Amino acid sequence: MNKPNVGLFVTCLVDLYRPNVGFATIKLLEQAGCTVEVPKSQTCCGQPALNSGDYANSRDIAKQVIETFANFDYVVAPSGSCIGTIKTHYTELFENDPEWLNKAEDLSRRSHELFSFLTDIIKFDAVLSTFPAKATYHDSCSGLRELGVKNQPRHLLGNVKDLTLKEMRNSEVCCGFGGTFCVKYPEISTRMASDKVESITASGAEVLLGGDMGCLLNISGRLKRLDSTVKVYHTAEVLADMTNIPAIGDGEND
Amino acid sequence: MSDARTEIFSRVHKALGRESLSSQQRKSLDERMASAPDLIRPQFSDDLVEHFANQLQSVAASFVRVSNTEGIIPAITEHLDSLGLNHKLVVAPSLKDLQWPKNFEIHSGRARDADLASVTGCFVAVAETGSVVLLSSPESPTTLNFLPDYHIAIVKSSQLVRHMEDVWTEFRQLPGGIPRTINLISGPSKTADVEQTLQVGAHGPRSFHVVFVEQS
Amino acid sequence: MQSNSHNFKKNVKGALQDKELQIALAHVQEGFINKRALAVDKLAEFEQLREQAKQIRNHTLEHLDYYLERYEQAVTKLGGQVHWARDSKEACEIVLNICQQAEAKSVIKGKSMVSEEIGLNEVLEQSGMDVIESDLGEYILQLAEEPPSHIIAPAIHKTRDQISDLFVKHHAQYGFSERQTTVPNLVNEARAVLRKRFLEADVGITGGNFLVAETGSNIIVTNEGNGDLSCTLPKVHIVTSGIEKVVPTLDDATALLRLLGRSATGQEITSYTTFSSGPKRPEDLDGPEQYHVVLVDNVRSKMLADEFREMLRCIRCGACMNHCPVYGSVGGHVYGWVYPGPMGVVLSSMNLGLEETKDLANACTLNGRCAEVCPVKIPLPDLLRNLRRQQHEARLNSLAVRYGLNIWAAIAKRPAIYAAMMRIAMPLMGALGRKRGRFRYFPLAGGWTAGRDLPAPQGSTFQSLYSKRTRQKT
Repeated sequence: MNKPNVGLFVTCLVDLYRPNVGFATIKLLEQAGCTVEVPKSQTCCGQPALNSGDYANSRDIAKQVIETFANFDYVVAPSGSCIGTIKTHYTELFENDPEWLNKAEDLSRRSHELFSFLTDIIKFDAVLSTFPAKATYHDSCSGLRELGVKNQPRHLLGNVKDLTLKEMRNSEVCCGFGGTFCVKYPEISTRMASDKVESITASGAEVLLGGDMGCLLNISGRLKRLDSTVKVYHTAEVLADMTNIPAIGDGEND
Repeated sequence: MSDARTEIFSRVHKALGRESLSSQQRKSLDERMASAPDLIRPQFSDDLVEHFANQLQSVAASFVRVSNTEGIIPAITEHLDSLGLNHKLVVAPSLKDLQWPKNFEIHSGRARDADLASVTGCFVAVAETGSVVLLSSPESPTTLNFLPDYHIAIVKSSQLVRHMEDVWTEFRQLPGGIPRTINLISGPSKTADVEQTLQVGAHGPRSFHVVFVEQS
Repeated sequence: MQSNSHNFKKNVKGALQDKELQIALAHVQEGFINKRALAVDKLAEFEQLREQAKQIRNHTLEHLDYYLERYEQAVTKLGGQVHWARDSKEACEIVLNICQQAEAKSVIKGKSMVSEEIGLNEVLEQSGMDVIESDLGEYILQLAEEPPSHIIAPAIHKTRDQISDLFVKHHAQYGFSERQTTVPNLVNEARAVLRKRFLEADVGITGGNFLVAETGSNIIVTNEGNGDLSCTLPKVHIVTSGIEKVVPTLDDATALLRLLGRSATGQEITSYTTFSSGPKRPEDLDGPEQYHVVLVDNVRSKMLADEFREMLRCIRCGACMNHCPVYGSVGGHVYGWVYPGPMGVVLSSMNLGLEETKDLANACTLNGRCAEVCPVKIPLPDLLRNLRRQQHEARLNSLAVRYGLNIWAAIAKRPAIYAAMMRIAMPLMGALGRKRGRFRYFPLAGGWTAGRDLPAPQGSTFQSLYSKRTRQKT
């Protein structure tokens, strides 16, 4: 039987900020029995344009994504928000264009957020990883509400050796990133991030995990500003046993 | 203001992308209105009276059971005494011929500002929500339900129904049209407008007491 | 009501620093959110009821003309009068006219958001009438001369101390000279003051949570009983309501009522659910002699026509604002008009126009918690995105934002250029930040770094590393 052929949608934040997450994603997908290709002509899913009401630019970018990923069995990304855009919003962009609507629907069917892909589609959870730590989990909004990602990362993390997961209160409350929101309305955003930090601190966890780089950068930024020692990793890094680099926002000395 | 009415209907038609409904369409809507849709009701299997009693408790109403109509007056007396109230009552005209003790000062009719406590019957009571349903009428004026500080309602077990929709089924069988008010009363008056702290006795009655008669 | 929405950013600054407001907002979160969750958990059929409610509201809106006609017929048959108002000005004129015809000197109000929307109190007061709010929260705000900050708990932003101060200031004229500080005493004092006003009022004005076409009834849902006293004691009862509030039958109303209390305050039912239908009957011993319903359009028919029709399903429960983390941080006044929170963003934008309300639709992370709890499944984030699209098309977003987006899009559409640029930029940024792992300050990132450190990138981009690895493999 042929191995599922996955096109990795690496996401702009992972590409630019934290390649380690991209490599962790490939490792996990290959462990799960997939072949992975990384198309060069990908940049962004177009969410900044879409959420700013710029449907024209958003449409152009969407077409590029649709074409780039036309021939893969699956398209997988380590991000709920990017897949949320691709899976649930691309079709809105092409309401009046039957040809592209068709293609968008096709891409939508084949697109998956990483953790739900592993557990729900490939039925893989045999991660090989050790991560001795007490961690807590932040549920990114798009992944949670647009894609139903909630139990899957927790299930996978349950198989990581020596890892204890402690739920924090309000894990499902927005951290305040919201794309351009965090720089357009910085005071509100910082306040929401502070609330998230409070929840993390109250949980007693030493590590924060999550599935979306935007959230993780935001939360890490606030944790550091408040002199917290909590370390922030993307869940994929922990699952792939690739945490031997500084955590997000950590320097060489941390 | 027929101009405004015409314009609003015209706007609505335009918004809906059509003119007035055809007589065929109207007929099917008439049918829906006439037969009342069969909608989802929350299921609960426990004993109707138990459920009613529990709901009353959860809405801060008080509840006492008496076996038959002879227990009504003693129950009312006990309640008034427990609150340190005198025995002056305004009662619904439908109750004025109850065996009120001689030392009670009873007047029946609508409530007045000075009336401290009222006694009414009810139309039906709803177990689902712990509600006592009162219809306005000369036999049960609405002010009895709101103006006095203390409200006592007599509910007979035969008047207890399961769901709110059952109220409408009962009510639609009444001759005559809809009364001016239908009140579903579920507890005393309350507010949480001061620091989200619950407090009874905002404007309506400070307490709501149900005397439940098992056998009439 | 005059709008302050254009001052959103300024309002936000003030709200975040307002210690008393922040304490009050903490109560909202814990109170309403937890209570709703408990109520929802107890009701096995909750999700089905939500879908059913959405269907009922959609059906009614699709046949709004029919149901408004049936409702009007039913009210008229009972001896009530239905008045139609195209806009706020007309609605106020109608109410004023009714009051003047009745030679009314004093008006008492049950809670009506529509009456706030049309700016009714000011119009009545300017013509010499004494208007008093009877809902305790609205009464407190009337004393404080402030607008509501929440549609269910309007004075939620007020602390007990602030309420004590207001009462001591305004109740002296009624003979209350002691400063009350406990909740029971404060409520008792308000009860005493307002009772007199109920008994003296010539006109009572209430809203309508729903209007029932089958019976010509307006439904009010209260805990205090103030609405009931307002529409039973005075000679005249006026209902102010939007045209979208009509529902077909008593059963449909019941289906919606089941969701309203639970979604709003976590109550299965409020103390008083009242169906009022027409004036007193000839044989009644109490009740108003006149019953009027003023049906207001404003922008409702406009919304019916376009992509905001779904907003008309709203049953005014307030769950969206209770669960909105933005509302939870800054409260309702920052939105600047009658309706706050997610539903307020849509309604304010519709009523006041995009330019006045520019910030509202943008001050949202599109996290979707509002849509998750909406009892009638209004896709609020989608509606806010629509507003953003309209703003973009009207070129209302700032030059900086438009240029920024265009530049980003231009680069994103050219993967080779994107990769080439990032291959230089990211390693540079990475090198600068390697030691500390983050930046306290970074050019052009002032918005971010005001409150947060900016994590440093790893350095090389994924694409460049991946190319290297694949080259090495071959």
